[in-house]
Amino acid sequence: MTMLKMLGDSAKAIPRRAFISQSGLLLSGAAVALLTGQDALAAKSADGVESDLRILNTALGAELEAIAAYQVGAESGLLQKPVLDLALTFQGHHKEHADLLGSTIMKLGGKPVTARSKYSFPLETLKTQVDVLRFAAGLEKGAVSAYLGAIPVFGNRDLAKAAGSILGDEAMHWAILRNAVGDVPVPGAFVS
Amino acid sequence: MKCRTPRPGLLAILLSLALSPAYAGDSPADAHARGAIIYERCAACHALQTDRTGPRHCGLIGRRAGSVPGFAYSPAMRQSRLIWSEANLDHFIKAPMAFMPGTAMGYDGVKNDAERHDLLAFLRQEGTSDKCRNLQVERP
Repeated sequence: MTMLKMLGDSAKAIPRRAFISQSGLLLSGAAVALLTGQDALAAKSADGVESDLRILNTALGAELEAIAAYQVGAESGLLQKPVLDLALTFQGHHKEHADLLGSTIMKLGGKPVTARSKYSFPLETLKTQVDVLRFAAGLEKGAVSAYLGAIPVFGNRDLAKAAGSILGDEAMHWAILRNAVGDVPVPGAFVS
Repeated sequence: MKCRTPRPGLLAILLSLALSPAYAGDSPADAHARGAIIYERCAACHALQTDRTGPRHCGLIGRRAGSVPGFAYSPAMRQSRLIWSEANLDHFIKAPMAFMPGTAMGYDGVKNDAERHDLLAFLRQEGTSDKCRNLQVERP
């Protein structure tokens, strides 16, 4: 629980509301700059657009599932403040990612996937706060890998750059969640 | 003194050697354990027992591609008429979008041969576990 205490101390350093609004402004500004230009959205071919749309929609599906997972964690009653606040902050980031992905899909002429009515999470394994945080850390690690694997296959390099921006955010989530459960926050020099 | 820049090809080989798991004294359990770690990369979209953004992996080997009931596959996957084997999974995992154009799995692939070997060892062993056997979906 020492690590959780450390996490609590660091989380108190910045008021949550201010943190969310500041980070949201920064992320949105950068993301919009990446994605709103006509050049950024001009694909090289119809096949390229279709391929990029599939990648974006898969990423959107995963983001929507992450939002649902954090909601399950928040409503579990297992997360204590300030860990609960942190989880909600991370969920807010995923909502921003989903909003951006959805709007980009529409700009490219696609139809964004929507959240499922029901998700299957391993609720029977979530008995403690640490269980919830480890589960979230696993999803975040997977998200890092997914974006890392998506970056090289985007036809539009501006989309790849935006995916890199999201990857960085997911990697920070992963590291902080690892730290919270007492694992080495950054386990290696590379992610895969 | 003159500095020589390593050739890109040589650098790639050195990097892949540095990142490859060791095989000396390997056992199925070792491969499974390494595969379990590699499988963590899939966790944003996949799970063994449940459908997520991607379909469940229990029962994968031997299953007809695109056949998990109720899962919304891409048309390419649904119409592929492919039966998943370790051999074709190895190709798919290496480069999903090249192996199956139109797949929803927008992922560059696991390029390292040893990592795919371990990942397949993990999927093979998990596929025969009780938790997976109880979830087997219809086979062709």
